[in-house]
Amino acid sequence: MTAVGAVEYDTDVLVLGGGPAGTWAAIAAAENGTRVVLADKGFCGTSGATAAAGTGVWYVDPDPARREAVMASREKMGGYLQDRQWMARTLDCTYAQSNRLAEWGYPYPVDDNGKSQRTSLQGPEYMRLMRKRTKAAGVTILDHSPALELLVDDSGAVAGAAGLRRQKDDGWIVRARAVVIATGGCAFLSKTLGSNVLTGDGYLMAAEVGAELTSMEFSNPYAISPAFGSVTKTLFYGWASFTYEDGSIVPGAASKGGRSAIARALTQGPVYARLDKADEEVRRSMRASQPNFFLPFDRTGIDPFTQRFPITLRLEGTVRGTGGLRIVDETCATSVPGLYAAGDAATRELICGGFTGGGSHNAAWAMSSGTWAGEGAANYARLAGVPPRRRVARAGTVALRERSGRPFAAAQVAPDVQAEVFPYELNYFREAGRLRASLRRLDALWTTASRAGASAKDDLLRAREAASMLATARWMYRSALARQESRGMHRRDDFPDQDERLRSYVTSGGLDEIWTSPRVHTDAVAAEAAE
Amino acid sequence: MIEVIDAERCTSCDICVNVCPTNVFDKTNGVPVIARQADCQTCFLCELYCPEDALFVSPFAEVVEGIDVVALKQGTLLGSYRRAVGWTDETRQLRSADRSYRLLGR
Repeated sequence: MTAVGAVEYDTDVLVLGGGPAGTWAAIAAAENGTRVVLADKGFCGTSGATAAAGTGVWYVDPDPARREAVMASREKMGGYLQDRQWMARTLDCTYAQSNRLAEWGYPYPVDDNGKSQRTSLQGPEYMRLMRKRTKAAGVTILDHSPALELLVDDSGAVAGAAGLRRQKDDGWIVRARAVVIATGGCAFLSKTLGSNVLTGDGYLMAAEVGAELTSMEFSNPYAISPAFGSVTKTLFYGWASFTYEDGSIVPGAASKGGRSAIARALTQGPVYARLDKADEEVRRSMRASQPNFFLPFDRTGIDPFTQRFPITLRLEGTVRGTGGLRIVDETCATSVPGLYAAGDAATRELICGGFTGGGSHNAAWAMSSGTWAGEGAANYARLAGVPPRRRVARAGTVALRERSGRPFAAAQVAPDVQAEVFPYELNYFREAGRLRASLRRLDALWTTASRAGASAKDDLLRAREAASMLATARWMYRSALARQESRGMHRRDDFPDQDERLRSYVTSGGLDEIWTSPRVHTDAVAAEAAE
Repeated sequence: MIEVIDAERCTSCDICVNVCPTNVFDKTNGVPVIARQADCQTCFLCELYCPEDALFVSPFAEVVEGIDVVALKQGTLLGSYRRAVGWTDETRQLRSADRSYRLLGR
C-alpha cells in the first residue's frame, strides 16, 4: 500500500466488520476481559444486510422435541451436510443471546396471549441497539474504516490489519493479538438490500494469509425484488402469483420451491408479481412487520395486493449462500493461527448444509458464531503466548503491491465479474462447459489483476472490493465444477440428481492457482470409526 | 437512490454523513451534499436516521427518478419510513408492532 498517514492502535482483539456477527464478537471479546477495536467499512449500526432489513431468527424454545423437529426439518433441503452438534449449540446460543437482547431493551412484540415473541428482529432497531451495547462494552469503534489487508508475524500468525479512514482521508493500522473476520459475504454489488458493502473483502484478506474456504459452490441464491428497486424481502412473495407479460401464470413459479421457474421465465422476458393470496389480516401483519417492504410500492403508487408489478431476481451470493471461511473448531478459528471468522464471512454449512431459505438461520449463526469467535479470539489473545512486540508484515497482494503493470483499475473489473456471476444461465443453472468457459475468463482477469501495479489512493477501496469479488467468483465456480451433482442450492444441468456418494464438503483456497479438495462429512468419519 | 436533502428542514447535524454505510454524503459548512449518488444502495437508512425528515430516498435503485421537491413536501411521504418503524415520538408504539411471528412458517 502506498504510504498514507495512518493512525495506529495496539489492542488484544481486532474485529473487522460491525454487523451482527462483528458486534456480538466484539462484545464477547470485551466481556472476556480483552481490549477490542472494531473497524467497519461503513457505519457500525447501519452496515450490512441485517441493518437495512428485518430478519427471522432461529429462536426455538429449549423443548427437546421442538429442537429435534426444527433440526430434522431442514436436513433434506440442506443436502444432509449439516452437523447436529453445531445446530444444537447454535440453537442454545441464539436462545440465550436473544434473551439478552430482551434484557437490553429490544422491543420484542407481545402476542395476544401476553407472550414475548422472539423469532424475528427489525434490522434498524436491532443494529442500533448492538452499536450501543458494543460501545457500552468499552469497544473502540472505527467507522468508515474499511480493512484492506491483514498483518502477519514471522511465524505466519495474524497480527492485525491495516485499512483506510474514508472520511479522514488517511489510513489505520491496528496491531492485535487476534483478529475476527466478520466482514459478511459477497453479493457482488447486486443491490440486494443493504448488501453493497458486502463484496467478499474478508475472504480475500484471509486467503492472502493462507486461510481455507468451504462450500463455496453454495453461493447462488437469488432474491425477488421489484425490478426497479432494492427491497429483496422474499418472505411475502409466498402470497404472490407470478405472471408473464400477457397475464398468464408462470407455471411452477413460487417464492419457495419455485424460484427457478421465475429465473427461467426471466430469461425469456418480464415477469410480474401480485400479492393476491394475502387476506386482510395477512396484509395488516405484513405492513406492521416489514415497513420497508412497502417503500417501493407506496412511493410509486402501486398497490402490491391488487396491482401487478415487474420483478427481478438479485444475486445474494454468499450472503444467503452457505459458503465462506472454513471453521476448524468450536471457537470459530480458521486454519490460520490468530484468525477467527464469524457470520456470513464464515461458512454456514455446519447448520445449513447447502441451503438457506432465509435470514433466520443466518441471523442465529451471526449471534452464535460471533459470540464464539469473540470468546475464542479473546482467549487466544490472553493465553497463546503472543509476544508483545513482534515484527509484522503486510499480507495484501492485488492492488496493493508495486508492480510493473499499469495500476489495477477497479471500474473495469467489477462489471466484468458481475457479467460472469449474475446471469441465471451461468450461476443459477450450472453446467461444466459454461463453468469452464467462465473460469477461463475469470482466471484471465485475475492474471491481469495480479500483474497490475498498486491502485491510486482514491481507487484503493474499490480496487480491493473488485479483487475480492473476482477471487470469490473463482472459488465459487471452481467448487461448483468440483461438485458433480446437484445438492442444496447448487444445481448442475449436467448432473441433475443428488449423488449419495458425494455427501462431503468441497474445501477451496489459493489465489493465483485455485485448488479444491473434498472433505468428508463428520457423520461419515464417525461411521468409519464405529466399524 | 437518495435524491433529496431539503435545505429548509436540514439543520446541518451531519447525522446522514455519519450513518450512510456507503459514504454517499460529504460535509460542508452548511447542508451536506450528495457527493457520490451512484454509490447509494437504496437502503433508506439515512432517511430513517434523519431527525428532521429532511431526506428522501427514491425507491428506484438504478436510475435517478427526478423528485419534485415542492410536491413531495405537500404530500405525506417525507418521514413516512421513520413513522412506520416507530422512530418518532408520536409513533413509538410501532417499535414493537412486528407481527412476523404470525407470518413465518405459514
